[in-house]
Amino acid sequence: MDDKLTLTINGISVRGKKGQTVLEVCRENSIKVPTLCFHPKMPPYGGCRLCIVEIQNMRGLPPSCTTPATDGMNISTHTDRLFKIRRTVLELLLAYGDHNCLMCEKNSECELQNLVYEHGIDTVRYKTNFVPKPLDDSSSMIVRDPNKCVLCGRCVRGCLSVQVNGVIDIAARGSDSFITTFNGGLLNDSNCAFCGECVASCPTGALTQKQSRFKGRPWELKKVQTTCTYCGVGCQLELNVKDNEVVKVTTDPELGGPNQGSLCVKGRFGNDFINHPDRLKVPLVKKNGHLQESTWDEALKIVADKMGSIKKTSGPDSLAFFSSARTTNEENYLVSKFARAVIGTNNVDHCARL
Amino acid sequence: MEPAIRIQPGKDRQVLVCRGTGCESQKAKVIFDNLEKELEKAGLSGSVETKYTGCHGFCQQGPTIMVMPAGTFYCNVTPDDVAEIVQTDLKGGQPVERLLFLDPKTKDRVLTFRDMRYFNPQRRIVLRNCGFINPEDIEDYIAVGGYDGAKKALSMTQQQVIDNMKASGLRGRGGAGFPTGMKWEFANRSVADQKYIICNADEGDPGAFMDRAVLEGDPHSVLEGLIIGGYAIGATKSYIYVRAEYPMAYERAIIAIDQAKKKGYLGKNIFGSSHDFEIKVKLGAGAFVCGEETALIASIEGKRGMPMPRPPFPAVKGVFGKPTNINNVETLANIPVVMTKGGEWFASVGTEKSKGTKVFALAGKITYSGLVEVPMGTPLREIIEEVGGGILNKRKFKAAQTGGPSGGCIPAAHFDVPMDYENLTQLGAIMGSGGLIVTDETTCMVDMAKFFLTFTQKESCGKCVPCRLGTKKMLEILTDVTKGKATLEDLDQLVALAEDVKNGSLCGLGQTAPNPVLSTVRYFRDEYEAHILKKECPARVCVRLIKFQVNPDKCKKCGQCASACPVEAITWKKKEAALIDSEKCIKCRSCILACRYNSID
Repeated sequence: MDDKLTLTINGISVRGKKGQTVLEVCRENSIKVPTLCFHPKMPPYGGCRLCIVEIQNMRGLPPSCTTPATDGMNISTHTDRLFKIRRTVLELLLAYGDHNCLMCEKNSECELQNLVYEHGIDTVRYKTNFVPKPLDDSSSMIVRDPNKCVLCGRCVRGCLSVQVNGVIDIAARGSDSFITTFNGGLLNDSNCAFCGECVASCPTGALTQKQSRFKGRPWELKKVQTTCTYCGVGCQLELNVKDNEVVKVTTDPELGGPNQGSLCVKGRFGNDFINHPDRLKVPLVKKNGHLQESTWDEALKIVADKMGSIKKTSGPDSLAFFSSARTTNEENYLVSKFARAVIGTNNVDHCARL
Repeated sequence: MEPAIRIQPGKDRQVLVCRGTGCESQKAKVIFDNLEKELEKAGLSGSVETKYTGCHGFCQQGPTIMVMPAGTFYCNVTPDDVAEIVQTDLKGGQPVERLLFLDPKTKDRVLTFRDMRYFNPQRRIVLRNCGFINPEDIEDYIAVGGYDGAKKALSMTQQQVIDNMKASGLRGRGGAGFPTGMKWEFANRSVADQKYIICNADEGDPGAFMDRAVLEGDPHSVLEGLIIGGYAIGATKSYIYVRAEYPMAYERAIIAIDQAKKKGYLGKNIFGSSHDFEIKVKLGAGAFVCGEETALIASIEGKRGMPMPRPPFPAVKGVFGKPTNINNVETLANIPVVMTKGGEWFASVGTEKSKGTKVFALAGKITYSGLVEVPMGTPLREIIEEVGGGILNKRKFKAAQTGGPSGGCIPAAHFDVPMDYENLTQLGAIMGSGGLIVTDETTCMVDMAKFFLTFTQKESCGKCVPCRLGTKKMLEILTDVTKGKATLEDLDQLVALAEDVKNGSLCGLGQTAPNPVLSTVRYFRDEYEAHILKKECPARVCVRLIKFQVNPDKCKKCGQCASACPVEAITWKKKEAALIDSEKCIKCRSCILACRYNSID
């Protein structure tokens, strides 16, 4: 069956595929429709009302993120009417929040900031009696600032649909709505696994990584792609480096790899060992009852000599080899090979079995 | 109107005690128990049947008792009055004069409900059984022709049932007025291994209570509507989504389902056919937005009640992802009649495009408030002046607000408008669920708009920005207007923002929330401007803008204000204008409400 669609967007004939939303067709055809609550990894939401479009013979202003594309649709994405509503939406968000980019970690990476700029908003028409709420600073990894939250629900969907944790949800109604943990407690007291999916999903500065706060502005950071060393999955991540120091770890679905833009608590937040003063950089050898800095040649020679003598005096099965999840599959293979072929024992195990 | 009733064989009279929520709150149960005791004492138990019923709509006069078949209607009955009714009426054959309905216009006592101006002009299809049958006894419903429509439907093809529904022209009574037959056809065309039909009983508009009255007074008519609809679309499972604030409706729905199951009207092979049908009752958790179809579906699925944009429509992808048809209680209560009497008969009632009747919940500054059912197209004037008995206290009609917080107002200039979907929409109001709030010159239209917006602002689910924050900002501006702190620029901003909220919101709640503001600005802009420019509230409702001074030129020196004042702040002597002591005055407005001559500024 032919699953190709032909649509008209802003007077131009474009192609789409059956099953795509209007937004997906627009993006594939390089038509930029503003979005805030949309995230490609998550089920569409239709809440921010920025991606609304006009579709001929369709009532109202449907959001392009949830509207299925059908053959022959005639769509307008940038009319004065749409611009007016989008602008109102953005101004309302600014009026009922604390959006001071000077003091925001997300400055220059903020989707709200970009949208406000793109819509040419230089003043906010609405004067309001916005009362700021307290921050949740309880965890050592994530800072939650409800005053920068636009209630797009991306953190909630990231937690529930992507990570399948369901730690946070929206509570209360209307303008009182807020993101909460179960029973409304602090994030640190919740059953959060601190995977940071919510932080990565947040379009504004409402959720930021604590360790990297004030350590470097986005434009100062150099992103270096690497593979996570914590386990053998091979997650692709980006080390955000400033002045030769890793400030934070991020990732991107574009990097490929098995993690598709997600990370676990270790990969995302467990990077402070890199520049830690206690970190071992050279092998230590115990001399006269004390560990002393040594060289690889010396250390490896001691290990080789001792293994050889043990094998000779007590037999190969008196030795056992224990490997780590932090090494690669190839390295684990080599440990096994070394144990069986060089030493001659089957005493091989791995920390992941514990 | 002459209702069908069922009197036990061997008994010649029947006493109906209303036990709807309103009357029940006024000790209707004690009244009923006393009645049985008194009848026993008087030796009348053998000839007089007692029965409790649901609400017939005239809650203002409750608790009420009706003696059938005579139709004698007693109002404001207390448990102590029962002995007198038994002795004087049922034994002595004389009506208890003092408990009969007092017509406030003619000042006459009215003997039967048939003679009451409130009931007389009504045409009851939806409320046909409310107040006349025992809602907890399926036999009562069967005796008045109940379930005949379902039996008839099951003997027809699905398409025939849909065609009959299309011929009736019945449109959804939940508010939007979408043709029910067409809705069924869409759901029927959807192919799936499971389909659902849902009864939307999440009635939430302030002031509207017709759905509650139907579920409390005639629950089987709703079940029958669901059975017929379920058969037509091919659904074997059904939910009644009833709000938690309606405990009695919930209980009676459960009792009705239980009885229908025992009769074989629900379950496997209903009425001996090959069709299976089951109904479950789902209790809402108190969110107004769950009356919106997609939010209701989310709520049934156990999720937070938030709407989803359409398409996909529920008829394609509804509850648990299956094709789902949702009908309102009032719509469903019409359906058995449409089946038994036929679509053509139903279409003979009402106007060209709006068929059948509509139940309105009359409230506000009106003589008789309560539920009234009239043919579609009945002029507003007739509903207010005939059925509703006119405006209270000889004041002047100002406007009627229809459709509750989603609707708009109809000003006096359109007093003769025939009430149907098209006319109301054209005037910027809507039919909605049928709330009809009558206002007079003592109602401030800005304050009324503020009242409804306060409601919608609180009930917004918070999902989409225009509704969540737009209504909040609108309410802030309206509050400023009522305090005399707003400017004309603010009014312009209010209207502009209202338009954006209306066009930009996700669901019906946000899309209609600005209607009360837009329609009051459209018809009563002068009142807004008086608040803004003159710092005056012409209706003297907005307390911040009232001087609380007696205007000696208007004062008729009657002293009503002085007797109404709860803090003795008003001094008055015969033949002298009253004087308000501003030191003592607590600005409660009692004097303003008491003064018939609008002489307090």
